[in-house]
Amino acid sequence: MGKRVLLIEDEPNIIEAVSFILSRDGWDVSTHSNGHDAVGVVLAAPPDLLILDVMLPGKSGFDILRELREHHDAEALPVLMLTARGQLKDREMAERAGASRFMTKPFSNSEVLEVVRELVSA
Amino acid sequence: MARDTLTGSRIRERRTVAGIRQAELARDVGISASYLNLIEHNRRRIGGKLLVDIAQILGVEPSLLSEGAEAALISTLREAAADSAATKPELDRIDEFAGRFPGWAALISENHRRIAALERTAATLTDRLTHDPHLATSMHEVLTMVTAIRSTSGILAETEEIEPEWRTRFHRNLNEDSQRLAESSQRLVSYLDGAGDAGASLTSPMEEVELMLAEHNYSFPQLEEEQDQIAEFVEAQTTLKTSAAREMAAQALRQLRADARNMPREEMKAVIETNGADPAGLARKFNVSLAGVFRRLSVLSDDILPRPMGLVMCDGSGTLMLRKPIEGFPVPRFSAACPKWPLFQALNRPLHPIRQTVTVTGRDALQFECYAVTEPVGQVTFNEDPLYHSYMLVVPVESGDTQGREVGSSCRVCPSAECLGRREPSILVDGI
Repeated sequence: MGKRVLLIEDEPNIIEAVSFILSRDGWDVSTHSNGHDAVGVVLAAPPDLLILDVMLPGKSGFDILRELREHHDAEALPVLMLTARGQLKDREMAERAGASRFMTKPFSNSEVLEVVRELVSA
Repeated sequence: MARDTLTGSRIRERRTVAGIRQAELARDVGISASYLNLIEHNRRRIGGKLLVDIAQILGVEPSLLSEGAEAALISTLREAAADSAATKPELDRIDEFAGRFPGWAALISENHRRIAALERTAATLTDRLTHDPHLATSMHEVLTMVTAIRSTSGILAETEEIEPEWRTRFHRNLNEDSQRLAESSQRLVSYLDGAGDAGASLTSPMEEVELMLAEHNYSFPQLEEEQDQIAEFVEAQTTLKTSAAREMAAQALRQLRADARNMPREEMKAVIETNGADPAGLARKFNVSLAGVFRRLSVLSDDILPRPMGLVMCDGSGTLMLRKPIEGFPVPRFSAACPKWPLFQALNRPLHPIRQTVTVTGRDALQFECYAVTEPVGQVTFNEDPLYHSYMLVVPVESGDTQGREVGSSCRVCPSAECLGRREPSILVDGI
């Protein structure tokens, strides 16, 4: 069994595509699609890497990440944030919230794979 | 090199453009080719009759050769040089460059102006993306769909062995996402056109009310007839999500019922069939205000007239408070409307009705007859300044010979090039 990646994203077809490419690369992928209880889902079984969308129903990815960083179990969790907005202030917000990397949509599959491998091996 | 010493460069440039050989020009003006060569390389000054003769053969004014047309060009080139952080152009040779290569210099100058305009456009759009919630949501939708399509198509293109069921699923996803992308893009274009889509994104109680009215096609015959049903009706409307929206909807429906009692549907229909839908005539016939007639006509026009009529209402601050849209006459959702609308002219002249033909800016240039009036709110009393509401009935007309007053939706999506009322640049005009 490969290392665990948790993908929190609300667009079903993006979930399906990203899950597929990561699974093919040997990752054990689980998914979640809303922000309400995302913190609890992560803390219940912390993955090796979290891929977190910014705009989620219920709670934004920034807020989720800020809450996670306050918990000891998720302090060092590698987090890749995904957003459709690539403005500087969004990058800064992601950094302040504690993101390990920030990726702007639309991204290519190879970019995602590359960053996931990099973050988990770091 | 000073500008007035570049006469030779300009002669050379013009001669080359005219396709005249150096030797030919020299012979025609009675000098040697080697001397002309020195002149063209700015090593001999030139003036007087020789300059006039050369200019005549080249078909230009002598002053164009002696003074050049590049003063403004050089100024722009200096601006371009000043803006360049990465490269250090030879500023001491800028006159020589403009004189020897006027075409290239003009190209640099034009591109510099264009870059400046595009930067302003980018800044404007960035600001809009940050502050306009509808645009931000629409862009997010579009980018999300593009991401899904890119990722899915990447899998299909790059994965050598893929199970048939996965292949089928991804094909289906691509089809779904491309449809949603098309719809999102259309909504975005519709929004930018100012046409608006009441259901696309509700950000205010007023929009919830407008969506509820539109869902019922502005027709509430049951409320016109029955007593005390408005509160129950409002509570049952799922589109009214906030208490503010429900309160505003109840107020609008009470007004609608009062208008209906003053101008019953069947009586209105009969009068219009006989006398037409002239607002002033209807106001006299039913002894009601023009604003009441406008409201009633806008509601009834969908049922009893060949073409629907639109209605816009604002308060004394110019804030739009009610919008019944009509095709071809876009009403902005977030930004302020066109100040040239008769609606706003009427605010300056309370109780003085205005009738004006307008032509909407844009490709279609549709024409409308606008009837506008401003009336006081509530009872007017001594020594108390009244508040006002302004109403505008928008009636489609066949575009005829009359050139109506040009009006737009809001400045940012209005292509009108010369408008004294413009508040902000248009994103539809190249370079703003």
